[in-house]
Amino acid sequence: MKFLLVEDNPDLAQAICSRMSLAGHVIDHAANLDETQAFVETGEYDLILLDIMLPDGDGRSFLKRHRASDLDTPVIVLTARSEISDRIDSLDLGADDYITKPFDHAELEARCRAVLRRKFGKAQTTIMVGDVTFDPVSGHVSVGDKAVTLRNRELRLLELFLNAPGQIFSKQKLTDRLFSYDDTVSENAIEVYVGRLRKHLGASSLKITTLRGMGYRLDHHE
Amino acid sequence: MNSPASSGSLRVRLSAWLIGGAAVLGLILFFAVRSYATDVAQKGQDQILAAAAASILDAARLTDGTVDLDMPYAAFSMLNTSSDDRVFYAIRQDGTFLSGYADLPDQASRFETVAYNGANVRSVFAERRLIGVNGPSVVSITLAQTQDGLSETLSQISRNAALLGLGFFVLAAGLSYWVTSWTVGQLSRLTASVTRRGPADLSPFERPVPAEMLPLVGSLNSLMGRLDGSLQRSEDFIAEAAHRVRTPLATVRSYAEVTLQRVDKEENRSAMRSMIRAIDESSRAAGQLLDHAMIAFRADHLTRDPLDLVDLVKEQVMRLTPVADMKDIDLSLFGDDQVPYSGDPILIQNAVRNLIDNALKYSPAERTVTITVASKPTPNIEVCDQGPGIAESELQTVSGRFARGKNAIGTVGSGLGLTIVGDVAMAHGGQLTLSNRPQGGLCARLSL
Repeated sequence: MKFLLVEDNPDLAQAICSRMSLAGHVIDHAANLDETQAFVETGEYDLILLDIMLPDGDGRSFLKRHRASDLDTPVIVLTARSEISDRIDSLDLGADDYITKPFDHAELEARCRAVLRRKFGKAQTTIMVGDVTFDPVSGHVSVGDKAVTLRNRELRLLELFLNAPGQIFSKQKLTDRLFSYDDTVSENAIEVYVGRLRKHLGASSLKITTLRGMGYRLDHHE
Repeated sequence: MNSPASSGSLRVRLSAWLIGGAAVLGLILFFAVRSYATDVAQKGQDQILAAAAASILDAARLTDGTVDLDMPYAAFSMLNTSSDDRVFYAIRQDGTFLSGYADLPDQASRFETVAYNGANVRSVFAERRLIGVNGPSVVSITLAQTQDGLSETLSQISRNAALLGLGFFVLAAGLSYWVTSWTVGQLSRLTASVTRRGPADLSPFERPVPAEMLPLVGSLNSLMGRLDGSLQRSEDFIAEAAHRVRTPLATVRSYAEVTLQRVDKEENRSAMRSMIRAIDESSRAAGQLLDHAMIAFRADHLTRDPLDLVDLVKEQVMRLTPVADMKDIDLSLFGDDQVPYSGDPILIQNAVRNLIDNALKYSPAERTVTITVASKPTPNIEVCDQGPGIAESELQTVSGRFARGKNAIGTVGSGLGLTIVGDVAMAHGGQLTLSNRPQGGLCARLSL
């Protein structure tokens, strides 16, 4: 997905950018309202992540202008204030969702997907590896011509593998991506999900290989 | 809120003083009128007595050393009264009794009131020097009259004076009651318009008030102004403080996530995980402390807006669905189509979010959290999970401030979530009840 991040704190902006690119997203960063306007006019974004407190004005005024223009890029507000007070103004001003800092990136991604799903129903680009097609926004997966229904964690596991076929993922890494940090999960929990995914992909040209002591890898057989 | 001690009622005190004053003035009026009337009446009788005495003495002639006196009829007709007062007289020549009532005492002063013959009489004393052939001789008269007529007049005047005083008193009392009510009414109107205001309305009073109340309203307005300013400042301060704390926390958390994905060594990874958990813990605690403070304030000044609980819960469910999805938990909403209620939407939203948040934290993956909104017996929202539940012994204590159940070990939380829900319930006159389901899991019911 392609994001525009509007955030005046350079450290946080850089941290979010590295985290997002690591997850395979493209992200541009604007530090103030002027830059934001320039980016919005020239680039096309799937989503705008907007900080409310900016040095040259309130993010809410941008939100108002943005809603008045004919652009329908969804906006998720990043707020540092308490949930209650900001919820009122940002949602009233036309934000599609909001998330409080500090946030879990997995939750941010989940919210982005939910917003895009609500707004457009499906992603503009689907991922295709072998005979498996995956729409990261709607969560539709098809193996060949057959649609397969997967639960959320299975989808995200599949997404991880599809984004990097041939790469080895350790069990621990997968666990960290799939479960939130306050879940207490045994390392074996991931085996259950890999097992289910294998079953779903049964008839396809993709295969999840277990590498003893190292983890898993998605292999593509012609 | 503690109410200030009362130093007595202004209305009662003002009425008491005004009515008491009117009573005293009425009495003074009564006595003044009566004593003036008495004086005038007495003077009238005295003048008649003096005139009668003078005309009797006028008729005296001295012939060969003896007094010759023809009682003039006019003298007695002058003394006629409607109540047939009796008249007594004694005529003496050079101190020797000549005629009349011998026992009528002589007197030193001209007018006197004395007791005679079993009644009070007013008597006048007059004398005349007659010059005869054998030298001068002094004729004196003591003329007395009973006072029946006078006292009848007096009692009539007293009655009228009493009626006048009473009328004056009643009129004055009525006026003071009206004036007191009007004055106190001004204060009550000011009080009512202060009380009617919503919690957020700190604008100054504009309506005209009596000049004497201007300083009070002035001070009130300046107090409101300062309060508004300090609330605004503290709100800005909290927002700024939260911003200052949470932005770097967000930086640290994002970098920690990045690092966690890059490092392979297990001990580094577990350090990173602990770090992320600690950040979540602190930001959550900070957020809930702010929420709790805000909720305590709003609960003290509860505003009730008409709202639909189903709409409100639906919005929270939609907002939390992405979080539930991440854990493969389904949120399902049951119950009535519409549950109208009147309450503080921000408080109830917060309570509902806390309840669903809690259920999501303790519910195992791939289970359902059921949310039921019903209007009977009282409007209520019930959130049930399929998690481990809470030990029966902890059901009562777990909603206390900073209290957490034994099952909560290993889960991020501040121990304020259920406290907030309980406070919201209490502010709306309802309650929070926790119960374990027979098939496992906890049900939290917020009754309003």
